[in-house]
Amino acid sequence: MSTAALPARGALRVAWPWLAAACGALLLWWLLDARLTRDLLDWLPYLASGFAMNVLISVLAMTLGTLGGVALGAMELSATRIVRAPAVAYVQVFRNAPHLVLIFATTYIFPFEIVVAGHYLPFPDWLKAVLGLAIPAAAYVAEIARGAILSVPTTQWDAAKGIGLSRGQTLRWIILPQCLRRALPPWMNLYASITMSTALASLVGVHELLHAATDASTAVRRDDFTIAIYLTVLLAFFLFCYPISRLTRRLERRLARS
Amino acid sequence: MLKGIDLTVAKGDAVSIIGPSGSGKSTILRCINGLAQPQAGRITVAGVRVDTLRSEAERIALRKRIGVVFQQYNLFPHLTVLENITLAPVRILKVPRAEAESHARDLLARVRLADKISAYPGELSGGQQQRVAIARALAMRPELVLFDEVTSALDPEMVGEVLAVIRELVREGLTSILVTHEMRFAEEISDTIAFTENGRIVAQAPPAELFYRSDNPRIRQFIGGFQGFRDAVQDREGI
Repeated sequence: MSTAALPARGALRVAWPWLAAACGALLLWWLLDARLTRDLLDWLPYLASGFAMNVLISVLAMTLGTLGGVALGAMELSATRIVRAPAVAYVQVFRNAPHLVLIFATTYIFPFEIVVAGHYLPFPDWLKAVLGLAIPAAAYVAEIARGAILSVPTTQWDAAKGIGLSRGQTLRWIILPQCLRRALPPWMNLYASITMSTALASLVGVHELLHAATDASTAVRRDDFTIAIYLTVLLAFFLFCYPISRLTRRLERRLARS
Repeated sequence: MLKGIDLTVAKGDAVSIIGPSGSGKSTILRCINGLAQPQAGRITVAGVRVDTLRSEAERIALRKRIGVVFQQYNLFPHLTVLENITLAPVRILKVPRAEAESHARDLLARVRLADKISAYPGELSGGQQQRVAIARALAMRPELVLFDEVTSALDPEMVGEVLAVIRELVREGLTSILVTHEMRFAEEISDTIAFTENGRIVAQAPPAELFYRSDNPRIRQFIGGFQGFRDAVQDREGI
């Protein structure tokens, strides 16, 4: 819409969901009685420590997934079949595997500690959950990277060579910046999706937000509190993921224009 | 692809290569700046034997001296017009940024796009993009510029503005080799026209001679195929 070009109205369009969310939260606050508010506040630090775990798992899973995925994506484009085939197989298998199954698999397949040169290194459940999510993340990132590389026409190489750039310079200044721009929106989408999947780790006993909420609910044992606490969980995920998806859409629109 | 190419371009000359599609016109240009490697034969550009260049560094040294303008413009879409033009001078020739930018402004004024300096290629028309591409090639102060069917991808109303820029450059003494299907334009600006067919240059001569006095039936047929020329040729021959 052309109104997006007007700064004031554009800002309002971006801001209104936030206003709505804030009003909703406030309304919730009013509806709840003082005791509920006090109980919620009491449990808030515990919930926050849980949510920190979600953020930690998502960041680590996405970091590992990105490193692995970029390598896999490059392998998928290899002219050599021996290099290409395993990458294609990996991507196909793990893009079609439920995240929960992978989290269960990594939790029960890996030992609780690893022996490295006589030292016992603990291998906690949350780290296994990181792996469980990094495995599909790598498969998705591989597809994103492959698509981004293919989206840059080969004529860009000719043009860069034509003005005297070397292969390395072309890659660095011409090809990769274009890949990154194309890859960033889907990559952020994936990050939001992986973040939401971190709640699955509660099912294998990782102390994260959903797990913390369940702890709180069982401890307080009151229906209104249970409802409020799970609404808080929803709100936390929304407040974290919504700005990401908003930013993604803005980037996508900017990309579509240029 | 190419079988018999013998072409000499003197400094300050404009040479046009014409001929049917697939006859090797663009490949000649790619051989000249080392984007393609000939299997046999010799290519010398400004004293450099292009066919003997083996390392990438040697080819890069050559390409700094030869500008190329492509059919599809091939501007860098993530960079502004100014950045497209100054990238190579600043990064490759190590020209100070201020100097490169002032040169870029001069060039943009010459291609009549001074007001588009901060635009992105995607915001420009085809003709404007192609003129930026010409400015980008000139920014390296090349000794030779290769124009590879630079108007073939343009809408008819944009062809004129691009040709006007090239015409001016050629008049100012730019050494250039053009692959083109614009017969009238080639006739007007070229010192020599080369006609290619099946990977050979079958004839090369000044425009007047090649267009109107050639006794090669294939050339007469090809040129005659372009509307307007048939009449012109017939007029002169009094048919």
